[in-house]
Amino acid sequence: MVNLNVNIAGLNLKNPVTTASGTFGFGEEFEDFIDLNRLGGIFVKGLTLKNREGNDYPRMAETPSGMLNAVGLQNKGIDYFLNTIYPKIKKWDTEIFPNINGSVVEDYIAVAEKLNDVEGIHGLELNISCPNVKEGGMAFGVSCPSAMAVTRAVREVYDKIIIVKLSPNVTDITEIAKGVESAGADAVSLVNTLLGMAIDAHTRKPVLSTITGGLSGPAIKPVALRMVWQVYNAVKIPIVGIGGIMNATDAIEFMLAGSSAIQVGTANFIDPQISIKIIDGIKEYCSNNGIANVADLTGALIT
Amino acid sequence: MKRVQDFNVVGYNWLNKDNYIITLSSDSDIENIDPGNFAEIKVPNSPDVFLRRPISVLDVDHGENTIKFYIKAMGKGTRQLGNLDVDSKVNIVYPLGNSFSIIHRKKVLIVGGGSGIAPFIMLASKLIDVSTEVTFLIGARSKGDVFLTDEFNKFGKVLVTTEDGSMGEKGLVTQHSIFAGNMDFDHIYTCGPDPMMKAVAQIAHEKNIPCEASLENMMACGIGACLCCVTPTVRGNECVCTEGPVFNSKDLKW
Repeated sequence: MVNLNVNIAGLNLKNPVTTASGTFGFGEEFEDFIDLNRLGGIFVKGLTLKNREGNDYPRMAETPSGMLNAVGLQNKGIDYFLNTIYPKIKKWDTEIFPNINGSVVEDYIAVAEKLNDVEGIHGLELNISCPNVKEGGMAFGVSCPSAMAVTRAVREVYDKIIIVKLSPNVTDITEIAKGVESAGADAVSLVNTLLGMAIDAHTRKPVLSTITGGLSGPAIKPVALRMVWQVYNAVKIPIVGIGGIMNATDAIEFMLAGSSAIQVGTANFIDPQISIKIIDGIKEYCSNNGIANVADLTGALIT
Repeated sequence: MKRVQDFNVVGYNWLNKDNYIITLSSDSDIENIDPGNFAEIKVPNSPDVFLRRPISVLDVDHGENTIKFYIKAMGKGTRQLGNLDVDSKVNIVYPLGNSFSIIHRKKVLIVGGGSGIAPFIMLASKLIDVSTEVTFLIGARSKGDVFLTDEFNKFGKVLVTTEDGSMGEKGLVTQHSIFAGNMDFDHIYTCGPDPMMKAVAQIAHEKNIPCEASLENMMACGIGACLCCVTPTVRGNECVCTEGPVFNSKDLKW
């Protein structure tokens, strides 16, 4: 028997496999394909204080081993989530993590305050790394003082678990990770997408309406893995690893590098059942390798 | 219900060097598919094609457990889908999206261009079943680009326009004489390139005829998770994959 339970800052997940914000909707979109109760957790689509229409189409470009997106946080706002969506999805026996975003610190505070008393939601993901909005988003995550300021502000109003989602578009991700740790983050998730660009040589125009967008998929996996390893060696808080995880082997590599849990992102677009296959694959790996507790894989890289 | 299912390639019917119909079969039952629904097809043996390809369903046979897609080879993915061995495995996610409305006992016009003609065989077949009279108007660059007219002829009158005049009336679909003067159609359906659909919708509005357009935006997930394929509507940006692909043209802000 393999014990798949993992612990993120005191919160037990039934297994280390969660789904990444922006790649899994609110979970309902996958209800026909998988048993959502089997997931360790769901990081739902990014939420803001007010309704956001997002960026213009085209918002997506296929790239070698990955894709660029420029969705721009389209969502109907935190109140719509709490009043209309959450009542439908709270039935699932999995951890729901809202991913919260803002243009100014006050927006983050207002959203976090609304979430603080919601029974059944035990943590949030503080997104300071969205590359696709003009103001806010990544602007908070690429400077240590602003990353710390927004984390500290949300810490003051939010009593449960704060997982800060870090941007890879920085010179030294460990500085930001250490900063948000000292500002009260309970965990970090990394990495968000890498800033990228696609051009159509025939039309001489950018493919995306926003010109630049966020790169995801296997193309970014080695970068993400390196950053998880660096952050693991720099902070004491747990890490949720993200970046091009396509199968159980990828997930295990992220755990070995220091992740306590992982998020499956872009792979959900290609195989809507992949998250469950990854859970089964991790279990099989542990059985085959005599690992009784999957949590023992965290940081177990042999160097 | 949406599902992921493995199929096997039965064979191809090449219409010309770039256009083909692929027939797939399954060992298990095929889900109900409505006219306008599409599938997300994983391109096999093609590591440089990362995402699935959204393709409209051409036809389905629940007795034989076969499904057909009409595909125009435009890029690496659609070219590779036309180059598979018989019996090779193809994985699809389907049925996706909404479908065209089925209007009972009326007269309708179906306007298609390019690969946009794909959903219209199933649509016409359903319309005929409810005693609706169907007229097709197919637009193409040239005679060699006009496909499936034999199939369409089984369901109704087929009108054609070609840009070079090599078949039917010369010009764009919207220049066809059928649009001149009064039109006694109760409903128009259109699918094809955006400029064609916009022009058709414009005429429909002027003549006060309800019009449904099926959009072909680029997609990643096909199930409403990524929000990449949106189109602006009177209700805000909506996913073509879940709120569409079929929209009431009056709701579109294109």
